Amino acid sequence: MLSHQRKSNSRRMLIMQLGCAFFALSCATTPPQHASCSSPTDVVQVASGVYVRPGHAAVVFEGEQIANIGFVVGDRCVAVIDTGGSVAEGRALDCAIRELTDRPVCYAINTHVHPDHLLGNAAFQRPGVEFVGHAKLPRALALRGDIYLARASAFEGRELDASRLIFPERTVAGVVKLDIGGRILSVRAHKSAHTDNDISVVDETTKTAFLGDLVFLEHIPVIDGSINGWLVELDDLTGESWEYVVPGHGPARASWPAAAAPTVQYLTGLRDQVRAWIASGSDLASAQDRIGAPPSDGWQLAERYQRRNVGAAYAELEWED
Amino acid sequence: MVRKHSRSIGLSGPFGIATLLMLLAPVLVEATTAEEDMVWSGGLRHAYFGDRPIVQSDELIVLDAPKRAEDAAIVPISITALMPQTDERYIKTIYLFVDKNPGPLAGQFHFTPRSGRADLAFRVRVNAYSPIRAIAETNDGELFMSRRFIKATGGCSAPAGSDLDAAMARLGKIKLKTDNDLQIAEPTAVQLMISHPNLSGMQMDQLTRMYAPAQFIRHVKVSFEGEEVFSAETGFGISENPSFRFYFVPEREGKLTAEISDTNDLQFSQTLQIAPASAPELVSN
Repeated sequence: MLSHQRKSNSRRMLIMQLGCAFFALSCATTPPQHASCSSPTDVVQVASGVYVRPGHAAVVFEGEQIANIGFVVGDRCVAVIDTGGSVAEGRALDCAIRELTDRPVCYAINTHVHPDHLLGNAAFQRPGVEFVGHAKLPRALALRGDIYLARASAFEGRELDASRLIFPERTVAGVVKLDIGGRILSVRAHKSAHTDNDISVVDETTKTAFLGDLVFLEHIPVIDGSINGWLVELDDLTGESWEYVVPGHGPARASWPAAAAPTVQYLTGLRDQVRAWIASGSDLASAQDRIGAPPSDGWQLAERYQRRNVGAAYAELEWED
Repeated sequence: MVRKHSRSIGLSGPFGIATLLMLLAPVLVEATTAEEDMVWSGGLRHAYFGDRPIVQSDELIVLDAPKRAEDAAIVPISITALMPQTDERYIKTIYLFVDKNPGPLAGQFHFTPRSGRADLAFRVRVNAYSPIRAIAETNDGELFMSRRFIKATGGCSAPAGSDLDAAMARLGKIKLKTDNDLQIAEPTAVQLMISHPNLSGMQMDQLTRMYAPAQFIRHVKVSFEGEEVFSAETGFGISENPSFRFYFVPEREGKLTAEISDTNDLQFSQTLQIAPASAPELVSN
C-alpha cells in the first residue's frame, strides 16, 4: 500500500515536471504539502495555472475517473471545472488542488448534468464554494438525479443519500464572468447540444477553454441533447481563437479548432445516415439494427453508444420539416 | 465414474446427459424468472387480471424488445400478432407492462376487426432492469402473454428524455401518415406521432419543485370515417414525443382522424385523406 502510494506520488511529480518542462514554466518552488491529503489524484498542467485530471474512457458507472476534469488557479481562489463521477473522485481532486496551492476553492462549475462529471460535487460543498451551472441544469438534475444516485449506489456498492446531489447556486443563461483574482473565467451557457445544459469555461488569461462534452476525442460522442443543435454550436465555436481546449473525454489538452473536427465529422455522418433511414420509412428499431453497428473509424466505446446515438438522432430528426 | 453413475440410473451416453439437461433446464429458467417477476406475481398480475388464466407463450402475440436499452428514455418495442383480425375472432386489447417502472402499465391499446392486424410499435421508458410484458386479450376473453427482459444501461441516460423544451415548443404537433403503397381493403400501416414531453412529474426534487409537473398523453383515438380502428389509454411510461405504429383496413376512400388528449385536458387532432394508388395528403385541421 505504501509502495503503491510512493509510486503514485512519484508518477504524479513526473507528470507535473513533464508539464512544466513542456510549457517552460517555473518549477522551482515545491508545492505546499498538506498532511490531511492522503490520496491526491494525478493532474497535468495544460497551461499556466490550468490543471486537468485526465479521464479514461469507460461507460458511466462501469468505471471510475472517466471524464477530464480540472481547475484554474487564480490569485484569489481556485475554480473547479467538473468534480468527477463520485465523491471520492472529487475529494482526490480537492487534495490535488491543496498540494498545489493554499488558495481556497471558490467555484465549482458543472459543465453539464452527466454523472461522470458532476457526482463529485459533494466533496466541494462547504462555505465559500459556489456551485455554478447552466440555467437548465437544475431541471435536468431534478429529472435524472434519483436515477443517477441509484445507479451510483449500485456501482459503488453502498447507500448514497440525496444530499449528494448538489444543485447550482448560480445559474448561467448567457455569459458570466468570474473573477478569481488576476484572471477572468468566461462561463457560457450553450443551446441544446451534447445535453440541453452544456456550459463552457474559458480562462481568458491563457485562452484555454474547458469545453465539457461539447467536444469528444477518442471516446465516441454521446448524443443526449440535440444532434442538430450540437453541430450549430460547434460551428459557432470554431471561430474562437483559443490556444487550447480541454475536451470532456480524450486527451487532457488539444488544439483548436482542430479538436472539433472528429466530433463534427461523426455527428454529420450520423445525421446523414439517420435522415436517409427516416426518409425510407424505416422505423427507429430497424434503423438501430441497420446502422447501430460500431462505425469503423476507431471510436472508443462505439459498441456501447452507437445504437443509442442512432436512437437519439432518429427521435430528433423524425420531427424535421 | 460418470458413465457408471449414468448406467446406474438407467440412462446412457449422450442421451442420458441430454435428458438430464432437459430436465434441469426448466428448473433453472424458473429460478431466474421467479425473482425477476416478483413485482408481477406479487401484486401487479392480480390488480389487473385477478385470477383469470393467462397463457404465457408467444403463440398469439410476439413482443420484440432490445435486450439492452441503450437509452432508457427511448426503448423501441413492437408487438406482432400471429392471427388476423376477423369479425369472429380478434385481439381486443393489448396491455404493455414494464414491471419496475413507477407506473408499470405503459398503456392499453384497443383494436377492432377493422384494424386488420393487431400489430403495434411504440417506445417506452425503462427505469431499471425489468421484465416487460405484452398481454393480448381476445374478444372472447382469453389472455396471452409475451414476456421479455430488458437491461437498462448507459449510465448517463435517464428515462426523462433529452430536450424537453423542443418538445414543448412543438406541443401538440401531430404527424399522421400511412405506408406509401396503400391498397384498399388491405391492412395498412399508420404512423401517428405527437410532439409532447409526456412527463411523469414524479422525478421532482424537493429543492427544485415545479420544474417538471406531470403532463402526459392520456387518450388516443383513431377512426376512419367515424368508425374506430385504434385507441389507447396511455401513461408516462410512453416516451417523450409518443409515436405509435399500427394497422387499419381502408375499405374505401375516406378520412382517417386521430384525436389525442392529455392530462391537462389539452386536445389535439389531425386528419389524413386516404386515397388508393396515390400519395396520401394532409388535410388541415
